[in-house]
Amino acid sequence: MSALSLQQVTVSFAGRTVLSDVTLEIGQGLFIGMLGPNGAGKTTLMRTVLGLIRPVGGSIRVLGEPASRGNAAVGYIPQLRSLAGNMRLRGWDFVASACNGHRWGLPILSRAARQEVHWALDMVGASELARRPLMETSGGERQRLLLAQALLGRPRLLLLDEPLISLDPHHQHGVVTLVKQVQQELGITVIFSAHELNPLLAAIDQVLYLGRGQAALGKVDEVITKPVLSRLYGSNIDVIRMKNRIFVMAGDVEVEKEEHCHHA
Amino acid sequence: MLEFDFMQNAFIAGGLVSVLAGVVGFFLVMRGQTFAGHALSHVGFAGATGAALLGLSPMWGLIWVTLLGGVSMGALGERLQGSDIVIGTILSLALGLGMLFLHFFTAYATQATALLFGNVLGVNTDTLWTLAWLGMACLLLLAIMARPLVFASLQPELAEAKGVSLRQVSMLFLAIVALTTAECIQIVGVLLVFTLMVGPAATAQKLTSHLGTGVLLAALLALAEAWLGITLAFYTDWPTSFWITALSSSAYLAVTVLHMLRNRRPLASAA
Ligand SMILES: Nc1ncnc2c1ncn2[C@@H]1O[C@H](COP(=O)(O)OP(=O)(O)O)[C@@H](O)[C@H]1O
Ligand SMILES: [Mg+2]
Repeated sequence: MSALSLQQVTVSFAGRTVLSDVTLEIGQGLFIGMLGPNGAGKTTLMRTVLGLIRPVGGSIRVLGEPASRGNAAVGYIPQLRSLAGNMRLRGWDFVASACNGHRWGLPILSRAARQEVHWALDMVGASELARRPLMETSGGERQRLLLAQALLGRPRLLLLDEPLISLDPHHQHGVVTLVKQVQQELGITVIFSAHELNPLLAAIDQVLYLGRGQAALGKVDEVITKPVLSRLYGSNIDVIRMKNRIFVMAGDVEVEKEEHCHHA
Repeated sequence: MLEFDFMQNAFIAGGLVSVLAGVVGFFLVMRGQTFAGHALSHVGFAGATGAALLGLSPMWGLIWVTLLGGVSMGALGERLQGSDIVIGTILSLALGLGMLFLHFFTAYATQATALLFGNVLGVNTDTLWTLAWLGMACLLLLAIMARPLVFASLQPELAEAKGVSLRQVSMLFLAIVALTTAECIQIVGVLLVFTLMVGPAATAQKLTSHLGTGVLLAALLALAEAWLGITLAFYTDWPTSFWITALSSSAYLAVTVLHMLRNRRPLASAA
């Protein structure tokens, strides 16, 4: 049984196709780097896997089951947004809010639920951090807490949507290392979307590259190539390797860097 | 002063409403929706004056119209996000309509002041029962939905993925906010709803970062401000609403200054 299986999946918004006839199979226990320019459909693909977006065609199976909302086997860190209101809420309450958060009733945790929160915080080394107000944590620390939150309910598949955005290279490295360590320790599958390939190179088993509605999945050496990326970008792409870094160039512009500027 | 019936009523009404406002306000601040509470009170003004014009009970006009406003705001949901201009326009229109209704209904000039600035000393026993039942319904509903409400407020996308209906949560919560607003208007009036709903909640959040403690503290602060306000009004003969706003904003100001001083200390010692 694969962690994720897409059969001819097509997703469109108001007639505009974002994913077109995508077929892919992701094995269990892998660390997948999901890349692609802004608007390529990384977030859309994750939301489709979560059952939040219904594809117009094709079928999706998550760990053998059809994709549906409320699947406890899937953990998720949404793409960063600003925090609601001006809360000085501590990290612990923020993380714990996801513990059975869909059930009606008062948010009072059972002993087992509290232990689950402690376990998740321990997993990412955020037990101390969780005592501080969320507003007063740095970007890297917040990603730690978000990862703990995503681990509640012990998911088998983790979807992390651009956790490196707005982090400096040092903290980017810290987050990737932490995710890798957690993934190995729990033996779970991780799909980690990012703008840039290089911070992920050392950690990923495979890369899933999206572009123009299409997807390419495979080892870095198979996917990050001139023919594959030229097809996904619909223009002439060069791949330049330097020591253990890879640069994806359109003419003399580095596409990832350009995307980065668009985002800022 | 408690030998007077109207003072007893004022204390009971003030107590009921302030506790409700403190608790609901805490979640309102947490969701960053304080503006919605403000808008609903203005919509309520049109409801109350409209009902009076039609010969109906102003209080029930207020309650139904705010409720309708709250539920529609919740249903529109994301489409209303960031549309402060739309909300602001509806809010002014509602206040303008309220003025028009009053214009045709000149018999109750004092009622206008009571609506705008509250009249806790004029609460009768019937109103008291209405306040009590509505308040209890709100707290019960809030207790039932508290868990998904917190989850959806802090992590909407994740909550949605885990099966929480954001629209349902938003509609239910804004219905509670609407009823709470209607209750607050009885005490502090349309223009000063903020003082009971947002003031204590914002103060509580500066004092603690614990969720449960925060809710409790907001309720206690609101209660203390309401009761102290009524007491001061009795002895000074100044308006209750003035005293409550004065206490509410002083508490917030004091805590803010305290907070600033506390945050400055590490910097000073590092230098
Ligand atoms: N809810 C939506 N309604 C309409 N269009 C959407 C919606 N969500 C995403 N899109 C569009 O789908 C495309 C892919 O978006 P997204 O998945 O966010 O890309 P990425 O995460 O790779 O940057 C974009 O063109 C975006 O505008
Ligand atoms: Mg995205």
